Amino acid sequence: MAQLIGFADRMGVERLCVYMGMSWSRDPSPEEFRKQNDDVLQALKDWSHRAFGFVYVNAKHVQESLEEINRCIGDGPMVGVKLWVAHNCRSEELDPIVRRTAELKAVIFQTTWLKTDGQEPAESTPMDLAQLASRHPEATILCGHTGGNWEIGIRAIRPFRNVFADTGGGDPAAGFVEMAVRELGAERVIFGSDIGGRSMASQLAKVVGADIPEAAKQLILGENLKRLLTPILREKGVRF
Amino acid sequence: MQPLIDTHIHLSRWPCRRLPLDETANLVEALQSRGVIQAWAGSFDALLHNDIAGVNGRLAEECRRHASFLIPFGSVNPMLPDWQEDLRRCHEQFRMPGVRLHPNYHGYRLDDPVFGELLRQCAERKLAVQLSVLMEDKRVQHRLLPVPPVDLAPLPEAMKRAPGVKLQLLNAFQVLRGELLLRLAAAGVCFETATIEGVGGVHKVLGQIPQERLLFGSHAPFFVFESAKLKLAESDLTAEQMKAVCEENARRFISL
Repeated sequence: MAQLIGFADRMGVERLCVYMGMSWSRDPSPEEFRKQNDDVLQALKDWSHRAFGFVYVNAKHVQESLEEINRCIGDGPMVGVKLWVAHNCRSEELDPIVRRTAELKAVIFQTTWLKTDGQEPAESTPMDLAQLASRHPEATILCGHTGGNWEIGIRAIRPFRNVFADTGGGDPAAGFVEMAVRELGAERVIFGSDIGGRSMASQLAKVVGADIPEAAKQLILGENLKRLLTPILREKGVRF
Repeated sequence: MQPLIDTHIHLSRWPCRRLPLDETANLVEALQSRGVIQAWAGSFDALLHNDIAGVNGRLAEECRRHASFLIPFGSVNPMLPDWQEDLRRCHEQFRMPGVRLHPNYHGYRLDDPVFGELLRQCAERKLAVQLSVLMEDKRVQHRLLPVPPVDLAPLPEAMKRAPGVKLQLLNAFQVLRGELLLRLAAAGVCFETATIEGVGGVHKVLGQIPQERLLFGSHAPFFVFESAKLKLAESDLTAEQMKAVCEENARRFISL
């Protein structure tokens, strides 16, 4: 974590949203996701002034996921939920997880990919996420990677005002952020880095190098996240 | 500001979308305003057009309008009849310092004898060779245009047919790592920065290969130019490393 903060300092990044611990599992058992969340909680003890935590859960284990959300967000310092590739987000088994997250005023980060060369079995697409979002207009949902194939991902989430496009992951393809701002509005685009797999530089470049107004860049690089997290941070008494 | 020689840019149109800087004048202005003093340009048209002679002619003319800044690297497709004439024109007519190859878009493997012959002729003409390993992440390609990365495993053997060839791999780091990377670097192959990823990635690469093998490259306008430039800032490089990657290695690779 100290190393990541060092790179964040170097690149002018003030806060990191951190999820998943030291040993990742794509389909974690409750014991595994608790362990990963413990790693994040441990990191937050030293770095709560520089990082926000998202609790990693698996919708294949709904009850245990709800308990983990209560432990890490309700009774703990975390502010969001991370869902990866274990269970497709179109499934109604996600509904209690999304409802509880919304009750806590936390945000949901759902990884999405729309891969030309084939999906993982339960991997969610932006179209799956749109289905979930349509059932939960009260929830705040980040569309992780905007599906990778962002020209399609942006279209898929466009009708759902509660869904935000994440810029992180994927190559620094020119035009991504411009299209997202054009189709969604800058208020619905959120900077993400996907480090350490990705370079903070390549991901920042998508926003910094985009042909959009300076005010839009400020929204994407921080003000939007601040707005989304303000309700839960206020309840936790955290200033941001 | 450290002057930059960008060894990896493209002119004309990407086949699947318009890019913010795909007008040459706009691209040149953007690069110059960001500290680039010279840029080595290929053409997107070379990927799918069969009239490679026409592609190279337009590339040469476009670069001539920005002479001394844009350096043309024409393309040769050795699967086309009479490809030797395209190579000759790149060298003798257009006075290009090198050529850019796209084996995956042109449909040949590096163990195809024709590739060895092309390398040999380039070495004989003292033309530099840029070999593009991929243009985009295979996960996000157009569903009707899935083009896998070039398999680099046969490259060391192919290079034996072309002693002294000057070879630079473009967009190599998404697929090239480990023993083959070290072997190619030891054989004198150069690389560029566009697809280096991971925090502090440039520094890590320089820990693996000799400093003189890495050149600055952006893959603009397909990639946002700032990506390559910010990667230099993200890595803790010495002044000597910075100068080598940004300018000196490129000047050594081709002599204009």
